[in-house]
Amino acid sequence: MLEAIMSLGGIGLSAAVALGFAAKKFAVEIDPRELAVLEVLPGANCGACGYPGCGGYAKAVVAGQAGPADCPPGGAGAAEKIANILGIAPVSADPQVAVVLCQGDNAKAQAKYRYLGLHDCNAAQKIADGPKACPGGCLGLGTCARVCPFGAIEMTAEGLAVISREKCTGCRKCVAACPRSVIRMTPLDATVHVLCNSTDKGALVRKYCQVGCIACQICKKTAPEAYVIENFLARVTYEHHQLAAPAVEKCPTKCIRDFVDGYPEGSSFAPPTCGVAPGAAA
Amino acid sequence: MKLKTFPGGLHPPDNKRWSEHKPIETCPLPEELVVPMAQHIGAPAEVCVQKGDLVKKGQVIGQAKGFVSVPVHAPSSGEVVAVEPRLHPSGKALPAVVIRPDGEDRWVEGLEPGDPEALSADQLREKIRAAGIVGMGGATFPAHVKLSPPEGKKIDTLILNGVECEPFLTADHRLMLEQPDDVLAGVDILRKVLGVSRVYIGIEANKPDAIDLMSQACTGRGIEVVPLEVKYPQGAEKQLILAITGREVPSGGLPMDVGVVVQNVGTAAAVADAVLHGRPLVERICTVSGPLVAEPKNLRIRIGTPLAHLVQFCGGVKGEPAKIIMGGPMMGSAQLSLEVPATRGTSGLLLFGAGDVPLRSEGPCIRCGRCVQACPARIMPTTIAAYARLDFISEAEEYGAMDCIECGCCTYICPATLPLVQAIRYAKGAILAKRRKV
Repeated sequence: MLEAIMSLGGIGLSAAVALGFAAKKFAVEIDPRELAVLEVLPGANCGACGYPGCGGYAKAVVAGQAGPADCPPGGAGAAEKIANILGIAPVSADPQVAVVLCQGDNAKAQAKYRYLGLHDCNAAQKIADGPKACPGGCLGLGTCARVCPFGAIEMTAEGLAVISREKCTGCRKCVAACPRSVIRMTPLDATVHVLCNSTDKGALVRKYCQVGCIACQICKKTAPEAYVIENFLARVTYEHHQLAAPAVEKCPTKCIRDFVDGYPEGSSFAPPTCGVAPGAAA
Repeated sequence: MKLKTFPGGLHPPDNKRWSEHKPIETCPLPEELVVPMAQHIGAPAEVCVQKGDLVKKGQVIGQAKGFVSVPVHAPSSGEVVAVEPRLHPSGKALPAVVIRPDGEDRWVEGLEPGDPEALSADQLREKIRAAGIVGMGGATFPAHVKLSPPEGKKIDTLILNGVECEPFLTADHRLMLEQPDDVLAGVDILRKVLGVSRVYIGIEANKPDAIDLMSQACTGRGIEVVPLEVKYPQGAEKQLILAITGREVPSGGLPMDVGVVVQNVGTAAAVADAVLHGRPLVERICTVSGPLVAEPKNLRIRIGTPLAHLVQFCGGVKGEPAKIIMGGPMMGSAQLSLEVPATRGTSGLLLFGAGDVPLRSEGPCIRCGRCVQACPARIMPTTIAAYARLDFISEAEEYGAMDCIECGCCTYICPATLPLVQAIRYAKGAILAKRRKV
């Protein structure tokens, strides 16, 4: 009995000494600044910075390989704090937000065929370029909503992805997941957008969508600096987005929308208080 | 005697009685022939005619772009009225040449009859490529590529695929009954190109007349007709090789890895036409059938004929079509419209009404394992599909998603109507995308 206690205890003791020694000898030194940076990051491990998780980014920032403003979810707030920790001048992060450039839900846009397969946009796109008649419209099967780590995307009852401007951190995961490139990154302070992604001619667009851009040029005439029309599709030139608002009223198909007025029909997102990122101002 | 076959598979109702006794009829020319440039697996052909050009039957209107590509020929003589994207069987608008036939149907000059005895294997292969011959079973893989095995791959066996295991389709059956000499002339040419002595023709046992006729025609030629068990997908390349030779194509491998080349009987007949008469591939045999077709038929059609024209020649429809399928019901592709043209791969056209395509919503997997039993590729469709839905792509790959032959047995047999083959196909696409990236 005693022998057993002695021998087991002995093994335990020697192992403890050995492990304790190894822990001291092979200890990895962590830069305290790295821990401090990690503290101010959102901790979503979304990968938007291009590094493996927040830990990877913190390491890269301290090593000088990444800038303090490279964490889109952290926004300007995190950028400033990181700059303080590193003792460098704060760099202004240009906050961006993802926008679904389409309002053609199942009620407003025509379908080519009835899709019965896997509930996934990438799978649907493989079958005859997707069930929507419009080649660029939102397929509405929610692949983007599923990849969003921040719960910023909701699918309306009629099958349209809508992105909350307050919850979106600009991590771009939805942009990568969308097979139709209907989601684009835009400056957060630009609230007016042309919500259409069809490059077909106007006559064709009219056939399959009630709210598609028909390239009628009215927006461009109303606010010449704020709009360009390429491939039969109008776009806001975001350098001059402040001038874009007057065209919202004039657009005959109502495909230009000012998000200050609220989100597309069917969305439960409340209209944003103003066009500023939470935590960015004040 | 026990018939040869492969493990797995299933027995869908074959519905061949509607057209199997109908002799092949020639479908008249339509008002417009729409010839797509993408009619084969590989790089699409490049248009080499302009609007307003007068073309003759058999003239090259699209040039091959690369090794895995074949030229496209005018299916009849007439005027090119448009060169523009038109709706293609894939569901997209793809470049096509639109020809208005002049009704004279005149062949282009310079098509010389050839003597397969006098030509070398390389010359024969070049003739087959120039004639635009692709796998006529429906997969449309360029024939000359299969006939050019790389150095070090020894081919010792040629298998002719006369199985036609898809329900409804009877085009290959009628071809074997009505043109056995053409098929066998093609076999002799293929045999010479590959330098093989062992040749089998695999035919499913539900075509006893074709088995008898081909057996008689083959006596003394060193070709063995092998009757096969009636089971879907008996005509799938790897399953056919396993049934006839007992050799198993390894995972990720090709038939040539086990020394075999498989060609469809329709391909053999087209090869004979190309070499003996110098004629390019401008027509094929197609079964028009289904509950909604007034008079199901086997037709000899021009490539580029709009499907609506084929239906019209078969007496029109008996109601509103709810589903249009090009090819067979198991592996064919649903079509958006009857305005789509027939291509080199159009082995069948099937029309179904709303009552023939019952739709049930999918239920939960009950783990019955029927998909695993039915799978001829011996993978686990339910597991792979579950991984695909979760986007666990590397796990799907580990479980052999790439071995899937997309025969659809799993989806057909699933009592919960889960879209299994669709999920596996999605996983295969994702695996390929991942490989390209790495």
